[in-house]
Amino acid sequence: MSDQPAIEVAGLRKAYRKVRALDGVDLAVPTGSVLGLLGPNGAGKTTVVRILATLLAPDGGTARVDGYDVVGQAPQVRLRIGLTGQYAAVDRFATGRENLEQAGRLHRLGRARSARRAAELLDLLDLVEAADRRVETYSGGMRRRLDLATSLVSRPSVLFLDEPTTGLDPRARLAVWDVTRELAAGGTTVLLTTQYLDEADYLSARIALLDRGRVVAEGTPSELKARLGGARLTIRPVDVADGQRVAAAITEWSRGAPRIDQTNGEVVVAVDPDPGALADALHRVAALDLPVADVEVGRPALDDVFFSLTGPAGSGYASGGAA
Amino acid sequence: MSRDAAPAVGGISALVSDTWVMTRRNIRRHVRVPAQLIYSTALPVMWVLLFLYVFGGSIQVPEVDYVLFLLPGILVLATAFGMANTALGVAEDLADNVLDRFRSQPVSRPALLLGRALFDTARNGSALLVAIGVGFLVGFRFHGGPLAAVGAFALIVGFGFGFSWLGVLLGLWVRDPEAAQTAGLLFAIPAMFASSTFVPVSSMPGWLQAVANNSPVTHAVDAARALTLGEPAGRPVTAALLWTAGILVLAVPLAVARYQRIGH
Repeated sequence: MSDQPAIEVAGLRKAYRKVRALDGVDLAVPTGSVLGLLGPNGAGKTTVVRILATLLAPDGGTARVDGYDVVGQAPQVRLRIGLTGQYAAVDRFATGRENLEQAGRLHRLGRARSARRAAELLDLLDLVEAADRRVETYSGGMRRRLDLATSLVSRPSVLFLDEPTTGLDPRARLAVWDVTRELAAGGTTVLLTTQYLDEADYLSARIALLDRGRVVAEGTPSELKARLGGARLTIRPVDVADGQRVAAAITEWSRGAPRIDQTNGEVVVAVDPDPGALADALHRVAALDLPVADVEVGRPALDDVFFSLTGPAGSGYASGGAA
Repeated sequence: MSRDAAPAVGGISALVSDTWVMTRRNIRRHVRVPAQLIYSTALPVMWVLLFLYVFGGSIQVPEVDYVLFLLPGILVLATAFGMANTALGVAEDLADNVLDRFRSQPVSRPALLLGRALFDTARNGSALLVAIGVGFLVGFRFHGGPLAAVGAFALIVGFGFGFSWLGVLLGLWVRDPEAAQTAGLLFAIPAMFASSTFVPVSSMPGWLQAVANNSPVTHAVDAARALTLGEPAGRPVTAALLWTAGILVLAVPLAVARYQRIGH
């Protein structure tokens, strides 16, 4: 049993009316590790989480959490999981403490243990001062921290974090990251969905890249970057309108479609790892004989992996990440 | 393999404990934002005063003062209108993100709905007490003795509990909070007027008499009226209880099944 992955997903399919949200997803998350499920809007990340959290029934395939089938053994699954969604799922007319104690009672911790656990979590998520205020007076960041605290009341062995930091300010984001790392260090299995590449890079042992309902790549962040091999080349022409021409000129040496920033004409490509490719690409740009403001050669970032693997531009991901 | 290790989830004690958590959640909410509580308490009082003083002079009922005829009807009306609040509350719960949390926790499945129905029943009960108090000021009295008075109160509260499950069903079906509340009123208003609530059924045209005589509201009102007037109440009380039981037997399983189908 101990070798069994905490989360095991095979051939998962789900359609909403005619739209295929999941088209055969396979995942395995070893016990005590963090998997980052990365993908653009509409890739199917939330659908995966909702199925695993027993909120949504799949059309096909299987999903198991700690060995329990999410459809046939939902009650067992619910005893083991915690869920923090994209929106704070807390009672706004109740105080932070009341929300936590209520969750404790629903997990049948009893009155005294619920109160103790609530106090611990208020402390952990830095909500002690606001503990006895109604949630409707909380800021967005505080609500999300309370939401995370609520999903930890039962000390879940598997935690689902569905875009836990979307819309949070940097400080609140760091707080969520710290807690996530602490939990992972303590042996909690975490499935994290995010559209922020840096978040997946920072928190996850492994990353699965989801695009249009399929896992298009999986590995450690460095494995994924190594796949690209070559350099990351950034060229910014003086004239914004020249971006297209630059992109067309170097597409031959690019892995995946070049990305063009429409605001300043900047072109980013992941250059083929073949010897000479970088020099050839730079020569071709020079031959265009147009004014260039900046050229930068760097090592590939996770963004490049993301763009080289998730279909053509316009599949939903906006550079910069915010929804 | 792992199926053997599955611990028991649910059972009666879980249902009781979770239902209490959910009921308390509703109480907390309505005590802190009491507007709805105030309106639903004021509504039956308003009905009593309006009908008594606006129509009371022109509505003739045989043998008794209109206030004695009217008040039991208003009490049943209050619970029927409570159904619209139940529909609203359930639809609001369904639209609330917190529903995902409850559904992903080992919460006893009917607890959310049952907690809502029980809260509304308690609210009905307190609104009835206020309406009865106002009724006393304008001439209402229990003429059947204390036991019949308690019986009438319990019968109306029980009928309201049954009706609140119709509200639960509406909330689950309609899902949009405002639409659910309106649907509740669309159901409750004709159910009230096509009954013996305000006027004797015998004063209606024939086809409407047929409708009114077979309305559960008429049976509840007739039963409450017989008990408060001190008239023989065996038949109407039996009919009202049967209707209440019938509504519950039908609506509760439907509502719970519908709730469990969410996400499937």
